[in-house]
Amino acid sequence: MTQLPSKSNASVEQNLGGLGSPQRHDSAEKHVTGGAIYVDDIPEPQGLLHVQIGQSRVAHAEILALDLAAVRSHPGVVAVLTADDIPGHNDVSPIAGDDPLFADRLIEYWGQSLFAVAAETREAARAAAQKAVVTVRELPAICTINDAMDAGSFLSEPETVTIGDPEAAITAAPHQVSGRLRMGGQEHFYLEGQAAMAVPGEDDDVTVYASSQHPSEIQHKVAHVLGIPNHSVTIEVRRMGGAFGGKESQGNLPACAAALVAARTRRPAKVVYDRDDDMMITGKRHDFRIDYRVGFDDDGRIQGLTFDNAMRCGMSWDLSEPIGDRAMFHADNCYFLPNARITTYRCKTHTQSNTAFRGFGGPQGMLGIERVVDHIAATLRRDPLDVRRVNVYDHKSVADDRRRRTHYGMRVDDCIIQDVFDELVESSDYVARRQKISAWNSEHPHLKRGIALTPVKFGISFTKTFLNQAGALVNVYTDGSITLNHGGTEMGQGLFVKVAQVVAEEFQVAIDTIKITATTTGKVPNTSATAASSGSDLNGMAAQNAARTIKTRLVEFLSEHYQTDPKSITFSHGRVSAEQFDLSFADVVQKAYFARVPLSATGFYATPKISWDKSEAQGRPFFYFAYGAAVSEAIVDTLTGESRIVRVDILHDVGQSLNPAIDLGQIEGGYVQGAVWLLTEELCWDDAGRLTTHAPSTYKIPTAFDRAPDMRINLFSRGENVEETVFRSKAVGEPPLMLGISALMAVSDAISALGGHQAYPELDAPATPERILLAAARCRGGH
Amino acid sequence: MTERLSFLVNGARVEPRNVSPTTTLLAYLRTELRLTGTKEGCAEGDCGACTVLVAEQAGDDVRYRPINACIQFLPMLHGKAITTVEGLSGPNGQLSPSQAAIVARNGAQCGFCTPGFVMALHAHALNGKPDATDREVTDALAGNLCRCTGYGPLIDAARDVTATALPDWDIERRQHDTVMLRDGPEKKMLAMEHGDQRWFSPTTVAELADVLLHHPDAVVVAGATDVGLWVTKQLRHLKTVVAIGDIAELRQIAESENRVSFGAAVTYADALSVVSHRFPDFGDMIRRIGGPQVRAAGTIGGNIANGSPIGDLPPALIALDAELILRTGADQRRLPLEAFFRAYGDQDLAPGEFVERIDVPSPAAGANLRCYKISKRIDQDISAVCGCFNLTVADGQVVQARIAFGGMAGIPKRARSVEAALIGQPFTEPTIETACAAFRNDFQPMSDMRGAADYRLLTAQNLLRKAHFELTQPESLSRITDAKCFAA
Repeated sequence: MTQLPSKSNASVEQNLGGLGSPQRHDSAEKHVTGGAIYVDDIPEPQGLLHVQIGQSRVAHAEILALDLAAVRSHPGVVAVLTADDIPGHNDVSPIAGDDPLFADRLIEYWGQSLFAVAAETREAARAAAQKAVVTVRELPAICTINDAMDAGSFLSEPETVTIGDPEAAITAAPHQVSGRLRMGGQEHFYLEGQAAMAVPGEDDDVTVYASSQHPSEIQHKVAHVLGIPNHSVTIEVRRMGGAFGGKESQGNLPACAAALVAARTRRPAKVVYDRDDDMMITGKRHDFRIDYRVGFDDDGRIQGLTFDNAMRCGMSWDLSEPIGDRAMFHADNCYFLPNARITTYRCKTHTQSNTAFRGFGGPQGMLGIERVVDHIAATLRRDPLDVRRVNVYDHKSVADDRRRRTHYGMRVDDCIIQDVFDELVESSDYVARRQKISAWNSEHPHLKRGIALTPVKFGISFTKTFLNQAGALVNVYTDGSITLNHGGTEMGQGLFVKVAQVVAEEFQVAIDTIKITATTTGKVPNTSATAASSGSDLNGMAAQNAARTIKTRLVEFLSEHYQTDPKSITFSHGRVSAEQFDLSFADVVQKAYFARVPLSATGFYATPKISWDKSEAQGRPFFYFAYGAAVSEAIVDTLTGESRIVRVDILHDVGQSLNPAIDLGQIEGGYVQGAVWLLTEELCWDDAGRLTTHAPSTYKIPTAFDRAPDMRINLFSRGENVEETVFRSKAVGEPPLMLGISALMAVSDAISALGGHQAYPELDAPATPERILLAAARCRGGH
Repeated sequence: MTERLSFLVNGARVEPRNVSPTTTLLAYLRTELRLTGTKEGCAEGDCGACTVLVAEQAGDDVRYRPINACIQFLPMLHGKAITTVEGLSGPNGQLSPSQAAIVARNGAQCGFCTPGFVMALHAHALNGKPDATDREVTDALAGNLCRCTGYGPLIDAARDVTATALPDWDIERRQHDTVMLRDGPEKKMLAMEHGDQRWFSPTTVAELADVLLHHPDAVVVAGATDVGLWVTKQLRHLKTVVAIGDIAELRQIAESENRVSFGAAVTYADALSVVSHRFPDFGDMIRRIGGPQVRAAGTIGGNIANGSPIGDLPPALIALDAELILRTGADQRRLPLEAFFRAYGDQDLAPGEFVERIDVPSPAAGANLRCYKISKRIDQDISAVCGCFNLTVADGQVVQARIAFGGMAGIPKRARSVEAALIGQPFTEPTIETACAAFRNDFQPMSDMRGAADYRLLTAQNLLRKAHFELTQPESLSRITDAKCFAA
């Protein structure tokens, strides 16, 4: 099992600040005792109404009549609200203004919100919603990428980024291959469904308790829908029961519906999506169809490459613009592309509006290039690792500038993937195992093993530069206790404990001195979503700045009071001392209070160095890159199509870890989530555009058995961020997800063993038993 | 007969009044008792976030089972004792071993699934298997979904738990539950009414037969792993429900030389050891039905009587030539299981009639049963194709073949043409290939989210090839679930 590196418990206790120590999740004991409160657990205020969203039962249609008489007359129903009841704007979209709270005349997907029914009980609201009579005129529905590409159904004109002359380079290259890769989307399946409770206050005020990664956006959308100023709306988020990007924009609708009911009825109102409703209403990871063409030399070095990335966006924009961009940004992964063209087609379809999901387009873009490299290796009959090695960007220590520039004009100055490769090849025994697998396969006619090593280079920053800002509020009380608040939200990723560690480190106090409080728009305003892996980078810095402001004031006060050099004053182990004094932190605070020193401070942080000019497709969208690599070994039953990952070795770079326990948890969870996206999790829609996998009975996230029985995870011990991030750490939320690409490649390697590696399996994802059998048939045929 | 619904929650007696009998335990815990530690993750018994323990009297002791509170109706808990996550900690707030292990292993990230894992681990600890194999550990967790951790820390926690002695307070709690259940209300039929709804929980087969004669339109519910969803997902209003879970006679397993008989209300969990002993492959398949929570509630009778074309028991039972004993009033009749399934949604079951027992004959000498369940996920999934082969081969000739499939037709169905192509033929690859061609005569499967028609047909053929491979090369590795596959 994975060991936490270096620091023993003894040294943790000495290090009061706890930075770099494997502090447990701050809510761990509450999680296991049932004491952690999620939105649906908040004691229900008197008069609470339960709200059900009435949904469409057709993918594309004009609404001729919405007859809600039977809904209104259902026992227990208090209010039924439609688009006509919205005092402000009928829009809950994050950016583009194209997601109505309630469909008005036009239905654009099966499951779309049509109305809200508020009742005394949840059961009554649900039963009443069934009674709506919706008369429609059906319109032709475009549901798949293929249909949209054929029909030219796009949200916007296709966008192209080009470097060099890819067509000429491909033609001139000694070898060419081309192909098409289809990869499915992914349901977030946060265990806690979308939930929001709105409580009306005086004037037009409303407070919404939400399960959201983006309280500020919900604040703005609620104000927008109700037609009131932002200052009238307060959003509070204590924690989420998982999010993974699915609560970046998708929480807007339930929050706005709850707030609208509260505003109209003057009663508290709660929306809690049932699992099936959640899956029918909310967007998912975008499925992609990638057409590729590549020219390469005898060593597999890429000379020229084209990608046509077609992505299913669904019925509206949501976040599909930056998601498509991030897929484009990661079309290189770790590899230098001298000549490349990447064209992005944002397909508009009559399905759920696809949204953020851990990786945010990066995984899809990265899978495209990993497939290309794998295909090149198969063509040359080489170990794919050799082809990967000849294509990577220059190591950060290489002086010259030739293999450093990405297709979007940013220099890769921090590449360490060579070090990661070397260490991982050694620790995983990759070379010997590949040979053993080959021997094993020759002895087994139906079962086949495969192995693959794939790297990750993931760009860290929101590519919309203005989003890279954060605020924090630190209050020190006269007993020396501290409250910490910042714009980041806790979804299980351990952000709160990491930021608390930063503040504890600054003040050199025990971490339990610090009370972590719920995120609220009333304390820290105008925040960005907790997304893009940026939570600890941004909020850690903001909190550090707030703490430093207070610390500076304390030092100034003490140096004046004791007439001592401020530089001689030290904070250590809960004490503040200099030659003239040695005081507990609490005593210092008390003295400062009596001397009228302010003990509350805000902190702010804006990521430096970044810029991105989309119109020119040039700039530095990322502050830095996070790196990692994984070796997966798979076994495949070529008669049944069943597969299993049997061993995984991971080496991942988190810079200087703020908290190795939290980071290892993110890495393992990320790998598994990425692997199963490509293996078992399959979203299906029927011909009418109805999602048919809308519950865990039909949509299969992994169980404990699906975890590789042998999993060895290590942090890259030489990791250190070349940029000045919070204590030189690196973001860890998203990058490990893409380590899961190795799982798909290992399965593909196993299938190709069936024909003695003569034919390339062209395995699409997810690699369900059905797709594996199809690929196996291709390989048998090629034998 | 009693009208007083009564059970224990965390050691205290509760007697819900004025509740619909189809109120779920989860709704009652969260809404009425304000015990919000138990979570709703799916409301269909698939995620385990609502796992609680149910104790019932077992002789002088009590027996604890993990169940999904989201699909248990309140009257099913009558006379039993519930433990929720709030009831696990010690008298001074000490964490129970399952709680402490998850904390120590960093097994909670978002924490929403955690109470369910705590309870699943606690059930695992109560079963006390310090030497559990890898497969037994993942089996114990198979009914709980976690989206954050990737499971490693939870698997480690499960190992820690079985290696830890139960604390004194936990043993005292068990004693308390034992006394309270023993001294609780007398065991007699529960009959409840609420509005236009009626609920009966008979305690004898005779009572059951009588109730069904008077209420032939009643819904019969055993473990509610299916009927629960009619209420939570289809929002159906059930007017009359008859629960068979409290009928001791229907929970009996009777073994003789010629056969083994399962009462209709025998759970998968209770059947498992007997089935595994007689038919190891069938046992392995039952271990993959649901997770521990579903196996502790779902029953053999329910899996048959609901008529699903994708239930996992009927193909194996048909291949084994099982018979149903059906009963109306005092009258019994025997029916080959195969004949019970007439068409999709149409079973040979008269109004007022119920499944009383399933008789499974002992296999003929030399017979081999091979059971295959193919699904997108290994554990806790519904079959795309389920194929069961009962083959007897002597002197290289196929002497007998009974083959049945689930997922290939509107009902669980025998592959009679395939059988005919095998019987009397040499057990060789050419025979197998001829028989594979016969699948098209037996099945015209449909396409849905579990698989396309062509894929289903190919898989069915491949399962015959696999059965042949396994029977002719018994020493060879054949299944990816085999622990020998894990290391090269």
